[in-house]
Amino acid sequence: MTEGEPVFRIDWVLEHLDTLAQRIGEHMLVTVIAVVVGFVISFGLALAVRRYPRIYGPILAVSGILYAIPSIALFVLFIPITGLSLLTAEIALVSYTLVILVRNIVTGLRGVPAEVIDAARGMGYTDGQRLWRVELPIALPIIVAGLRIATVTTIGLVTIATLIGMGGLGYLIVNIGVTQRFPTATITGVVIVVLLSTIVDLSLQTVERRLTPWARARAA
Amino acid sequence: MDFLGQVLAWYTDPANWTGNNAIPLRLWQHLSLSVASLAAGLAIALPIGLYIGHTGRGARVAVAVSNIGRAVPSLGWLGIAYPISTGLFQRAGIGFLPAFIGLVALAIPPIVTNTHAGLRDVDAELREAARGMGMRELQLLMRLEVPVALTVILAGIRVSAVAVVATTPLAALVGGGTLGAYILQGLALSDEVRVFAAAVMVALLAVLTELAFAWLQRRLVSPGLGAPDGAPWGEPSRPTVETIASR
Repeated sequence: MTEGEPVFRIDWVLEHLDTLAQRIGEHMLVTVIAVVVGFVISFGLALAVRRYPRIYGPILAVSGILYAIPSIALFVLFIPITGLSLLTAEIALVSYTLVILVRNIVTGLRGVPAEVIDAARGMGYTDGQRLWRVELPIALPIIVAGLRIATVTTIGLVTIATLIGMGGLGYLIVNIGVTQRFPTATITGVVIVVLLSTIVDLSLQTVERRLTPWARARAA
Repeated sequence: MDFLGQVLAWYTDPANWTGNNAIPLRLWQHLSLSVASLAAGLAIALPIGLYIGHTGRGARVAVAVSNIGRAVPSLGWLGIAYPISTGLFQRAGIGFLPAFIGLVALAIPPIVTNTHAGLRDVDAELREAARGMGMRELQLLMRLEVPVALTVILAGIRVSAVAVVATTPLAALVGGGTLGAYILQGLALSDEVRVFAAAVMVALLAVLTELAFAWLQRRLVSPGLGAPDGAPWGEPSRPTVETIASR
């Protein structure tokens, strides 16, 4: 921090609202791609586990190890192959969402009571009907809980992607705040990340409530 | 596999083993910063978690701490610690100190959350039995609550440890050296070999930390309590809702 530079300058924030909006846009785009792709892959893996339960152990072990690899390392490990690109960033981000999402989808599906599945069978549901009309609706709260954790985690991880040129709010925190010794930008970036996480988390919670009206009815 | 050959050559290049950018030096910076931060985090978070979990007082504080811990990204901790250390010590906050402050802040929430949650969930009947046997508060805590909650407490420490080791490379951003310095140098110089070689070391350190704590967990937890479900490595770090850390 240069001599005499205040810790926070509100005038800087007000003068740069358009830049902030642009960084938020970049940040959310990278986040949404990662969560959507991660969810599609996880859903496929979870359906495979539903069919062949024995593959769950190995999937958990591999994704657990993947999860332990620090984001800064995973972000740069693929640079020799895919360069400084969005693809490189997304490979790392999607990998992290897999651990959370596969686990929650499988846990949700496995939590469906056996008698409910029996009842669905007795009513003549095919395997596909049972999955879409019975098991997934019951598993929905746990699946959405996974989505919430995955999205909030991804929003945090995207800040680090600025190191491989992805911009976003990490650009404010690192490239302006830390590198140019300008704490206002760092604090602004962190506060926006926290606000974004909170808003997205609450929105997903609301979506979950809307999608599971029966849970509300039971609580009342 | 020419690229991997270059990476191997980087590891064995004598130039990378001497001077102020040597591998042993960077490794030492990395490990000492990680260990010091985790130790300080434990010293702060464990007593808080034990107090809240045992007495049930201040549970709201624990929830608030864990929510903050979940929302602030790891980079955010380092970024915020940097002006704080400058403000506190009235000089350019460069090097060990801002990184240390940021990493300690990162280490605290999972330990507080899990220690509190672990103690809170100890069976009330067990507590009554222990009191009936004449145990005092401290005995109750050390002989009953902590051993029963140990799996959950250790899971929290493990999440913190892995998060700290994983975030330590970012200390290079605030002049703290570590293996992360190679990654930043490599990115600035477009030296993919250096970036890759350093990333492999960073990844290995984190995975080793994860495995070491998984092993510790299996050794320390009483076998009577039953092993946690799941993968051969034990529970993966993150995915329970309560064991949240940012990285």
